[in-house]
Amino acid sequence: MIHFLVHDSADTVGVAVVDIAAGTECVGRDLSTNQSLTAKTVEDIPLGHKLALRDFSEGDTAIKYGCEIGKVVKPIRTGQLVHVHNLKTKRWA
Amino acid sequence: MIDRKILAYRRENGRVGVRNYVLILPVDDISNAACEAVANNIKGTIVIPHAYGRLQFGEDLELFFRTMIGTGSNPNVAAVVVIGIEPGWTDRIVQGIAKTGKPVAGFSIEGKGDIRTIAEASVKAKEYVQWATELQRTECKFSELYISVKCGESDTTTGLSSCPAVGNVVDKHCAIGGTASFGETTELTGAEHIVAAKAANDEVRAQFMAAFEDYTKLVLSQKKDDLSESQPTKGNIAGGLSTIEEKALGNVEKLGKHTKFVGCLKPAEVPAGPGLWYMDTSSAAAEAVPLWAASGAVVHLFPTGQGNPIGNPIEPVIKISGNPKTVKAMSDHIDLDVSPILQGEMTLDEAGDALIEMIVRTANGRLTAAEALGHIEFAMTKLYRSA
Repeated sequence: MIHFLVHDSADTVGVAVVDIAAGTECVGRDLSTNQSLTAKTVEDIPLGHKLALRDFSEGDTAIKYGCEIGKVVKPIRTGQLVHVHNLKTKRWA
Repeated sequence: MIDRKILAYRRENGRVGVRNYVLILPVDDISNAACEAVANNIKGTIVIPHAYGRLQFGEDLELFFRTMIGTGSNPNVAAVVVIGIEPGWTDRIVQGIAKTGKPVAGFSIEGKGDIRTIAEASVKAKEYVQWATELQRTECKFSELYISVKCGESDTTTGLSSCPAVGNVVDKHCAIGGTASFGETTELTGAEHIVAAKAANDEVRAQFMAAFEDYTKLVLSQKKDDLSESQPTKGNIAGGLSTIEEKALGNVEKLGKHTKFVGCLKPAEVPAGPGLWYMDTSSAAAEAVPLWAASGAVVHLFPTGQGNPIGNPIEPVIKISGNPKTVKAMSDHIDLDVSPILQGEMTLDEAGDALIEMIVRTANGRLTAAEALGHIEFAMTKLYRSA
């Protein structure tokens, strides 16, 4: 079973394609290379939500599809949920 | 791909439609009641009530006429009865629709009243219905379909599955000489560089960027916050999308991998030829789909993640979802399930082929989920306040 997908090798977040419980050793796939990936969640990641594939500091930029998807507004650890509580748009702020 | 055969209606001007409506079309809001009465009198007609058509001016008035004339001219419409309060604008719409060669007649209420207008228009509507119901579907080509694309209640699965499945169809359709259109200008924010790179030439690229920047100026001039409850929507956020950039990057998967877009259309403007066209539309489905229908699109492809019931009065809307929860919980709204893509059990090429099969079935007469459920949303795009 695949737990998460990434669109591009440059991506710093992955998308859960099943509901993932905290502490799961996850299997992922990079859609741009078809390479297998691994990650461990440190909190629950519902289907469709994003997990951090690296640590982020406030002010960092998250990358998905190989492109910027917003600025990190709270520190994020690898395996944590990345969403509106810690990631904001750069465009209409 | 091979150019599939479909059974459809070839109209007087050569265009191909997949539905056969007799439309009762109000010019203005105060003619809605008469139109609804005619549609009630004569079975087999449809009516599109709307809120505008009075005191509009300038570019907004031009858009109003494009929308009304385009809706009546759509190849999914066999014949049209137009009713307005006064004869001037009524006749302008009648004459615009008449250029297609299809039967169209206008009636106006002033000096006569609703009841006599309804009686006269009902006689004509009955004549049109009995004529239209004898029209037969004939063999046409898939490449003759003009297809519009727009997603809604997106989530992260749309960017992984349903949007690239639509993109696969756009690539295949345009490669055999088909016509397609995308839009949703605000929902390209963060991916506008990807769209710009897909322009067929520098002129088209400059036109696209001018339309994009114009819409961006509107958002920046009217906003009171970062639009964090409007774009992304609450539904998008529930589905895992965090920012407009992330939403846009999933959205543009619908444009395909190889296809360049050949031109930029104003809202409701008819494409001048085959290929993929950008149209400057709102991102709200009930506003955007009518603009494509008014530009002549006969089938709409609508990827959804969280589930959006949207339909249109004259253009069948096909729903595609790759969210395994939504395809179970909202199966009544979903025409095609592409959720096996998420586990690598379906390729995008296979999903595209499955969607082409669903378009063929829809073109041949299968009602979409939205049609069967009676979804006929129609919100006219209005550029600014009336005079």
